[in-house]
Amino acid sequence: MSTERIVRVANAQGFWGDSMLAPIRLVNEGPVDYLTFDYLAEITMSIMQKQRSRNPEHGYALDFVRMLEKILPVCKEKGIKVIANAGGVNSKACAKATSELIARLGLTGMKVGIVEGDDILDSLPDLIAGGESFTNMDTGAPISDITDRISSANVYIGAKPIVEALEQGADIIITGRASDPSLVVAPLVYEFGWSMEDYDKLAAGTIMGHIMECGAQCTGGNYTNWKEVKDFARIGYPVCEAKADGSFMVTKHEGTGGLVNIETVTSQLLYELGDPQNYLGPDCIADFTTIRLTEVSEDRVEVSGIQGRAATDTYKVSISYANGYKLLGSLCVPGPDAVAKGQLIADMIFDRLALHGFDLPEEQRFVEFFGSNVLLKGLVQSSDEPHEVMVRIGARSQDKEVLSVLGTEMAPVVTSGPPGVTGFAGGRPRPQDIVGYWPALIDKSKVTTSVTVNEV
Amino acid sequence: MAKVKLFDIAIARSGDKGDGSNVGIMAKTPELYDFLYEQLTAGRVKEFFKEICFGEVERYALPNLQALNFILYDSLGGGGTETLLTDAQGKCHGTGLLHMELDVPDELLV
Repeated sequence: MSTERIVRVANAQGFWGDSMLAPIRLVNEGPVDYLTFDYLAEITMSIMQKQRSRNPEHGYALDFVRMLEKILPVCKEKGIKVIANAGGVNSKACAKATSELIARLGLTGMKVGIVEGDDILDSLPDLIAGGESFTNMDTGAPISDITDRISSANVYIGAKPIVEALEQGADIIITGRASDPSLVVAPLVYEFGWSMEDYDKLAAGTIMGHIMECGAQCTGGNYTNWKEVKDFARIGYPVCEAKADGSFMVTKHEGTGGLVNIETVTSQLLYELGDPQNYLGPDCIADFTTIRLTEVSEDRVEVSGIQGRAATDTYKVSISYANGYKLLGSLCVPGPDAVAKGQLIADMIFDRLALHGFDLPEEQRFVEFFGSNVLLKGLVQSSDEPHEVMVRIGARSQDKEVLSVLGTEMAPVVTSGPPGVTGFAGGRPRPQDIVGYWPALIDKSKVTTSVTVNEV
Repeated sequence: MAKVKLFDIAIARSGDKGDGSNVGIMAKTPELYDFLYEQLTAGRVKEFFKEICFGEVERYALPNLQALNFILYDSLGGGGTETLLTDAQGKCHGTGLLHMELDVPDELLV
């Protein structure tokens, strides 16, 4: 029997709002050494900034602490460490709530670590004055276009400070905008003593993180051949068994639902991928064209051969800003002539908006007849008239009032339009803030992270 | 030759990248990968998605995974939080690509 050391890392949360059952099942249904939680998407930080401005004790993933209550006793008993970017824009408050929970559960002796330094909102003016351009990576637009309406600015930091927290004995590590794969890279660096210049190993950890970062999307979720997947309700979340040489096994706990094979793992490797030879992260550049996959046995895929290179001199920065408003309402209508009725409904609503005295330019209007091939627009040919459509009507505008008025003219269609209009659920739609996303770069030397570990 | 939908010879996954989407497609066999590498060009994908994708289509190859990765620029109606499309993140673009029909040599269809 091989005595080679294995470190088991599992990802229990693919996004803020993922199933609360996943972490509970991962710690109870099989062996795990590290549990990671990925909460942060591009716009999450902006939502959290808003929450903190209303309540200084908020601004992090409140769900995380509720979840910990259910798993911490088991984590302490089994020695499972937790790494989560649940801190959002208020890691201190998240750590405080976590420490209070530990005390309340009588689990004293556990250590809570915080990684900070990703939040650069307050220092943004100084950084700009100091020469950082924050040019939009996608559009090339200058930051001056949005400086008066920025709501959050966070650096995607890497594994190093998380490793420091582990070295200081932290059992639970809370970060702000740490990059998703770095949550997985860190425990491997710590456990195997990898050098932060061993780029092949860091790339292996990064790709392991990429495979797991959307939870069950590598264990049968969203898989093309879904009929081959067993027991979706009890789908097993991913567990990776890592070895010191950088190779690892993708699997899930025995007896769980789902499916792990070369196709389910490849699907997730391809998810949100850009240039496969240049997968940029804060810790390294990973080369996806070096990955070798081997199906070792049922629900076990070995990943090996991964190569990487030194990371760039910059970190990615995620900036969010206020970018006007949007509104969307929907009405349902039956056939015959469902699409023609839908078109009439859309026309009459925008005409009535004009009768209110508002001019909404064509390019700001949105109409979709759901049920008439909108998901596969132009990709499938169907001559059959749909028997029903959902008319989705909306608009975007910098002017909140025009959208409010548009929202008032949806329900009246039920009694003053074509026959059979129904399904006007959820009440009058109201304008929502559009949070714009502005990706940029920052010189690594301008970012300082800090680590604090406290025993409860 | 047989007219075959890509569903029969490949799997796919898609997601968002700003105001664009990426569509990854993996062939079921190495021979089918070689076939798709020849036939499934960026231009062909752009033409197929002409009612969805209004920008360029870029293609990358991952022969080690028998996979191709396509980036469909300007395909999400503004993307992110701005779009009003039902498929705001291009989650269906992978399934969509698998609806494409190609003439596949019989010997590859075993």
